[in-house]
Amino acid sequence: MIIGESGSGKTTLLKCMVGLNEIDAGEVLFDGRNFYDLDFNGKKEIRKEIGMLFQGGALFDSKTVEENVAFPLSMFTDLTESEKRDRANFCLQRVNLPDANKLYPAELSGGMKKRVAIARAIAVQPKYLFCDEPNSGLDPKTSIVIDNLIKEITDEYGITTMVITHDMNSVIEIGDNIMFIYKGDNWWQGSKEDILKTDNQEVCDFVYATKFMKSLKTKF
Amino acid sequence: MNIFFHFGRYYILIKRAFGKPEKLSLYKDRIFEEMYSLGVGSLGIVAIISVFMGAVITIQTAFNFESPLIPPYAVGVAVRDTMILEFSPAIVSLILAGKIGSSIASEIGTMRVTEQIDALEIMGINSAGYLIFPKIIASVLFNPILIIFSMFLGILGGYIFGLMAGVVTDFEYILGITYAFRPFNVIYALIKTAVFAFIIASVPAYHGYYTKGGALEVGRSSTKGVVYASVLILAFDLILTQVLLV
Repeated sequence: MIIGESGSGKTTLLKCMVGLNEIDAGEVLFDGRNFYDLDFNGKKEIRKEIGMLFQGGALFDSKTVEENVAFPLSMFTDLTESEKRDRANFCLQRVNLPDANKLYPAELSGGMKKRVAIARAIAVQPKYLFCDEPNSGLDPKTSIVIDNLIKEITDEYGITTMVITHDMNSVIEIGDNIMFIYKGDNWWQGSKEDILKTDNQEVCDFVYATKFMKSLKTKF
Repeated sequence: MNIFFHFGRYYILIKRAFGKPEKLSLYKDRIFEEMYSLGVGSLGIVAIISVFMGAVITIQTAFNFESPLIPPYAVGVAVRDTMILEFSPAIVSLILAGKIGSSIASEIGTMRVTEQIDALEIMGINSAGYLIFPKIIASVLFNPILIIFSMFLGILGGYIFGLMAGVVTDFEYILGITYAFRPFNVIYALIKTAVFAFIIASVPAYHGYYTKGGALEVGRSSTKGVVYASVLILAFDLILTQVLLV
């Protein structure tokens, strides 16, 4: 998980990792393959192994939910129409949206859009899943549903998942390895148990920013 | 320097748009979808404007030809040549630049600001190819059909309203539209139309594709796309007329 204040560079880092932004220095390695050393086709192959959950869902407005989920299958597989439909409906069932396949993105709530985006991301069985603030704009209950879904899918499919968030509830719920970004730098790294006990001032200011977290501080 | 930056970026984008497609069958479907939405969806506006412009040109020309030295069939000649040489290819293309151009720029611009283009890129899809190529091909293939339709309706509108207004007779008008007809004029008009169609689809697409920000910027991109496409159409109208007719 990558956490940090707004404007600290979390999304920029994520965009560099998936190749949406060019990097000035450094490497981005996917199982030893340096993304930025690869040619167009090499990058394309890695991108096929990546699933991404965007902040707003980034669903295609002109397509139905089912078509959105089946879209990457249409582009990169030779499945028949019925096989693609079956796979899309399976993924939609997996994210608990079995009856939404004929709806358009404009007819969905924020949480439903995120779940469809997760279904689309897992449709091609990716090796890596990148999530950009998956519970921004969601109520606490729906946030937990989305967090748990990400966690379940990560375990079930054996995916490497990277989540960007500034929501400490998510960190506590599904955090594993945590990186704290401060002013564009990797400021602190550790487990969720470590982050609650650290005495790093910037990390503490972030983690215990809310009254609720402050009230819990004494317990850690 | 700014113009060179935009020209360079436009060239790179169009080169990407014409790159190897991921799946040809999907691109074919997209071309037909775009032909329907951009082309068939414009038939109504083109028909209305062409009929009325043909009618107005007929009546105005008839009232201005007062000299007895000008034969009455000259009204038909004027309507035919105005519609074929300039009105249908250039003016209708300008109208289409407004209608289709704003739609293309706002559609692609909205996709940019809502990260839909990023989603395509993440999936390993050439977003420029997937989004822009079918629009360009659809416009270049369908706009000539629209323009021929416009020529026909403009001349027909002139005939119907000219007779109704009593400014021209049936015989004079038909004699005029067939008198000294040069088929090359239609070819010239279609060449202009194909070039304008490329501009109408690609320039607004460029402005939409590089939209940054939110709803306000999508609106600005849409306006810029239409304005630049219109100016380029006028510039190429002059250049092509000079090259093809003179």
